[in-house]
Amino acid sequence: MSLPATVPLTPSAATPAKPAGPRVASARLDNGLDIVVVPDHRAPVVTHMVWYRNGSADDPIGKSGIAHFLEHLMFKGTKGHPAGEFSELIAGLGGQENAFTSTDFTAYFQRVAKEHLKICMEYEADRMSNLVLAGEVVVPEREVVLEERRMRTDSDPADLLNEAVQAALFTRHPYGSPVIGWQSDIEGLGRADALAYYDRFYTPENAILIVAGDVEPAAVIDLARAIYGRISARGETPKRIRVREPDVRAHRLVTLADPKVEQPSYQTVFLVPSYRTAASGEAEALEVLAHHLGGGPASLLFKALVIDKKIAVSAGAYYDGTALNDTRFYAYATPAPGVSLETLDTEIARLIAEVAAHGIAEADLARVKTRLVADAVYAQDSQVALAHWYGASLAIGLSLADIAAWPERIETVRAADVVKATRWLDARRSVTGFLLPEAAAAA
Amino acid sequence: MGTHSKTEIKEGLPASRAARVRKVLSPGGIEAWLVEDYAVPLIALEFALIGGAAQEPKGKPGVATLLAGLLDEGAGPYDSDAFHRALEDQAIELSFSADRDFLSGRMQTLARNKARAFELLRLAATEARLEADAFERVKSQVAAGLKRDLNDPDTVASRTFRRLAYPEHPYGAPLRGDLGTLEALRRADVADLRAANFARDNLKIAVVGAIDAETLGRTLDEVFGALPEKAALAPVADIVFAGAGTRHVVDLDVPQSTIRFGRQAIARADKDFIAATVVNHVLGGGVFSARLFKEVREKRGLAYSVYSRLVDQDHAAMLWGGTSTKNERAAESMQVIEAEIRDLSEAGPSQDELEKAKQYLIGSYALRFDTSTKIASLLARLQAEGYGIDFLDERNRLIAAVTLADAKRAARRLFGDGALLVTVAGRPAGM
Repeated sequence: MSLPATVPLTPSAATPAKPAGPRVASARLDNGLDIVVVPDHRAPVVTHMVWYRNGSADDPIGKSGIAHFLEHLMFKGTKGHPAGEFSELIAGLGGQENAFTSTDFTAYFQRVAKEHLKICMEYEADRMSNLVLAGEVVVPEREVVLEERRMRTDSDPADLLNEAVQAALFTRHPYGSPVIGWQSDIEGLGRADALAYYDRFYTPENAILIVAGDVEPAAVIDLARAIYGRISARGETPKRIRVREPDVRAHRLVTLADPKVEQPSYQTVFLVPSYRTAASGEAEALEVLAHHLGGGPASLLFKALVIDKKIAVSAGAYYDGTALNDTRFYAYATPAPGVSLETLDTEIARLIAEVAAHGIAEADLARVKTRLVADAVYAQDSQVALAHWYGASLAIGLSLADIAAWPERIETVRAADVVKATRWLDARRSVTGFLLPEAAAAA
Repeated sequence: MGTHSKTEIKEGLPASRAARVRKVLSPGGIEAWLVEDYAVPLIALEFALIGGAAQEPKGKPGVATLLAGLLDEGAGPYDSDAFHRALEDQAIELSFSADRDFLSGRMQTLARNKARAFELLRLAATEARLEADAFERVKSQVAAGLKRDLNDPDTVASRTFRRLAYPEHPYGAPLRGDLGTLEALRRADVADLRAANFARDNLKIAVVGAIDAETLGRTLDEVFGALPEKAALAPVADIVFAGAGTRHVVDLDVPQSTIRFGRQAIARADKDFIAATVVNHVLGGGVFSARLFKEVREKRGLAYSVYSRLVDQDHAAMLWGGTSTKNERAAESMQVIEAEIRDLSEAGPSQDELEKAKQYLIGSYALRFDTSTKIASLLARLQAEGYGIDFLDERNRLIAAVTLADAKRAARRLFGDGALLVTVAGRPAGM
């Protein structure tokens, strides 16, 4: 039961790969369940996922962490199947299973030999409406979540800073709370909270079934209709009530100094539109801008800070565009010994201003597009990557047509669009995070 | 050779996994394992050079990591910047890494760009410049990484564990290097390691994707043909695990204790190795039904993560596990883990546990073969570890053949008296 890092300071996969080619099939059952099938016949295995259109940003006020806590509790059994039965069954089939929670969605998956798809569907459909939570399983599991928080965040100054940066960027919007929840909130979560949240969101209208692998779409849809179709509709899709982040017009600096920090680091996060909230073409322009600025060793930031001026040992940028509401654009760097974080800040701001003033060379634009569009082809090599991309996109309300058109839309980004997108990288819309050793902060 | 038929590979349960893999021998005598597959227009290649960090001179840990970091920082006619741009221009993925027993490189390309991709791979593998400014840059990146992890509980517990388990042996040295000795490393150290490791007789190659055997054969000579024929590897001694029965706490001001535990295990070549793999799965394999998961996490809520695995290397074998638990309950977590290990040593797994573990290990093998890059990596590693293609089928037969008597014997040998080397980063109460 894992949790995607909310703010990787040094992203390994900054831009999720965007698939282009696979022939997908889709359907909607009478009870509202959406189905997407992504055929991949290279190996006789199947990835079965159910995505719910709710995540930590839908946690009620004062109940941060409930989406993630419920994700853990979903493994505790149902009326017909006691705790552990499903997991034992999957393990016995040589299958793998897990679940994850993010700000905008929660998902459960199994990976099994293709002949076992039906049994996965039966158990997953069962826990969509028949979850049972005995009091004695809730308390130890809350301890597990607190240990998870201690492991990922409380023992790591870099992650504590990330949390504080997000909280500063989103002054009202729930993206400002960590996915796992604040410790004081987690400690107060109980069985009634979990069940209330479950009743609100775990419904067929709110779910997306994704099946990727060695399957025939029509057969999968028939099977899903027979199994998931038995669940009664609730009558309407649950509402996601999100407060709008106000237009804060002030730069914020968040500093964390800790004796455990030996290597300082720098990040700036801008509040920018997402694929859902941006004007047409603007998210794609932000994607291109992020890659031009900081996508790897051929990028502007890396070349200027690391290669030419030697003031940083690494630097980059990325755009977290797959979000329901306004989202984040990151620039980050690790300073060379003796270089201040202020120096990095000044230089990164100068480079952004330079793109705004002088634009992007056609050769650079072509290179960035080649890379982004190629990522869509690379994604086809992995049914898990494809299933994730479809699931995350659909869960934030994008359509299959949006996903299919993505490479084309990247191709149509013009140099002028990239320049225009730099308007979002305004210091007054940003939070800067400094991670420092304790001595440096005192100086 | 030379067939261009577009085979879509399907494997039913009885089908042979090994039959999908063919050995390709280049005209110049370089061998590769090939899975020809046109379903996606990509080619993935992975190679391993036997040697790796175990070949580092004493007192110079991290040289192999530096070498891996430098191979794509300028080669042939290109400086670092030009080389990275050349890769980006055609979206070619190329990276290198150092492991204890081998160095490896991997390349992925769209099939239409394969000529350029193989050319850039050739340059990196045979003509990397190892220039001074790139050397200093990569060294500073490694140093920053080491500093970042200096007080990271996982890193602290793991490094301490290795140092104590394998004192005075390359396996006990930190793979990415040590801040105390990194600064003194020179380009000559990196060049020497390359000269000793990069040769055709210790090169293992796997290729998956849209390329036929004849083309690959020619390409292998073009890419790797310029390497010297023979490597000059120093002998590495086999080493027995040390420190079992001792506990070591490294003080770190964090709310959680990060624990590593382990002991001597059973070598890859031993007849009980497969049975030990099954027994370890019962203890702490990656499923929610493993004993440690149930006892430490599910029943007691002591930790989020708890696991054990067998680490089999060319010259050592160890059982290695870990967990992270709040300081107040660290001692309790360790008691639970030790009790499970003792019980498995004395009583072995039950028939039911054995069957379930075998079913999982057999069934889940297919999940490792679902992307080109994963398959290429697995095939290169199998070659580096000395297995033949037939092991792809043999592996599941060996697991299926493990009897309860085998499992009990392996458990007894693996867990013995239950004594563990334990390292802890944090402030554990009562340890």
